[in-house]
Amino acid sequence: MTRDEAHAAMRDALRQVAPDADFDTLPPETSLRDDLELDSLDFENLVVQLSERAGTRIDEDAYPQLTTVGGCVDYLAGLQTAR
Amino acid sequence: MAADTFEFTMPSLGADMDEGKLVEWLVKPGDEVAKGDIVAVVETAKSTIEVECFHPGVVDKLIVEPGTTVPVGAPLATMSSGRATEPSRPAAVPAESTPATPAPGPVAGDRPPVAGPLIRRLASQLGVDLSAVHGTGHDGAITRADVRRAASRQPEPAPGPQPPPPPAGVRISPFAQQLADKLGVDLATVTGTGRAGAIRAEDVRAAAERKPTEPAAAAERAEPTEQPAPVSRKEAATDRNEAMRQVTARLMARSKREIPHYYLRTTVDVTDTLAWVRERNRELPITERILPAGLFLRATALAATEVPALNGYWQDDAFVPSPTVNLGLPVSLRGGGLITPAIADAAQLDLADLAVKMRDLATRAKAGRLRGSELTGATITVTNLGELGVELVYGVIYPPQVALVGIGKIVERPWAVDGELRVRSIVTITLSADHRATDGATGARFLSALSRALNQPERM
Repeated sequence: MTRDEAHAAMRDALRQVAPDADFDTLPPETSLRDDLELDSLDFENLVVQLSERAGTRIDEDAYPQLTTVGGCVDYLAGLQTAR
Repeated sequence: MAADTFEFTMPSLGADMDEGKLVEWLVKPGDEVAKGDIVAVVETAKSTIEVECFHPGVVDKLIVEPGTTVPVGAPLATMSSGRATEPSRPAAVPAESTPATPAPGPVAGDRPPVAGPLIRRLASQLGVDLSAVHGTGHDGAITRADVRRAASRQPEPAPGPQPPPPPAGVRISPFAQQLADKLGVDLATVTGTGRAGAIRAEDVRAAAERKPTEPAAAAERAEPTEQPAPVSRKEAATDRNEAMRQVTARLMARSKREIPHYYLRTTVDVTDTLAWVRERNRELPITERILPAGLFLRATALAATEVPALNGYWQDDAFVPSPTVNLGLPVSLRGGGLITPAIADAAQLDLADLAVKMRDLATRAKAGRLRGSELTGATITVTNLGELGVELVYGVIYPPQVALVGIGKIVERPWAVDGELRVRSIVTITLSADHRATDGATGARFLSALSRALNQPERM
């Protein structure tokens, strides 16, 4: 997944889970839990959305990397290189 | 038809509901209704709820117009049993077959605007009153663009921090301060009527009502375009938040007035259980993954089955045990506030089913798409504040229930295991129980059953 694709995936996923958040204005360090106030169910839904868009399963081992908006994008962008 | 007519009334969707607003009819006179069909959308102080009819029949007449608020028990429509047409239909039609009703869409417009934390923050930075902003996002949600547009319409965007800070020396309660921020009231113009001239919420409200007639405020409203609608919208949002507060206030005050609470706590080492869950989750589809919250629900359901004295209602000076364990699950709403749907007969659901049900309920609670039957009947409640970083919660029981389980945050702590010091995942679980219904020994048995269940995940 290219960085642009990762951005797009995160933007779409976030729109589903936190419709009030505007991805394009969020700094990368925005915390999903503290700033966006996602609870664990919101977070799980976000992971589901990201998995679907990335076309790959995201396991719980990856969760530590998925605490911020930028972290999610980095993770998604890194998926392709890993493959 | 006249022979077997009955009334469809405003249902009570929880102990904390006194009245409801009929938002929309999903049936019209002449329509046939099967048991469990969703017939109307009702707005309570907390949420928009899809209301089912539990008697089959034919709709005769709709008594209450959409937009009308009526007390619980007030007739909404008259219906006839319609036995002549299809006598055996109700039993044959499960409730599941009905959700084709297009409820959520049309309702959205009637709901107060949805605004999450980021939007609220931006709005307060820009001094925008969210209740006057028209949401263009999904389901009428307010987007950042909406807020910026609203901000740019204001003649003087930010001549300093928007809601002016209280002048030095002014005493004001935190609630009144919040209200003032929300209503955009300049505290310098408010006369406090509280002790030592402190400003109370009432004073702020009074000032907010005065505001439009003041020359300065009138001049600020240079744009006439947004005048009439925003006012009612604003009132709606403010009313909704206040109504929600009032409802919670009444119920919790009743709880603390009537229920002699006793509190117990226990700490559970969940390290092995979490490892077991992690392994299991690797094999499950992502949408069915088990969250720690699901574990606690399952363990509570098992404990309530083992110690039934904590599962049921206190009614007419006696405890009435419930044959099923219906778990109340408080869910925070993104716009603020709390709603508590119930998972019916949770003890019959295994961990995986419970996890799916929990997700479904929580997701629909947040979207305002719960059914009426899902809001009633909880026999014991599980509150999970661990999500918010809280390590220990002593909760307030929802009357007429007699117990509430509080789950704290799972934390890593140094812990003695077999005489050695290790780092383990620890959670603190509390029980708030009604001393009229049970004694501490019963509560202790319950907590011990809960801990045991948590440590035997394969049993779940």
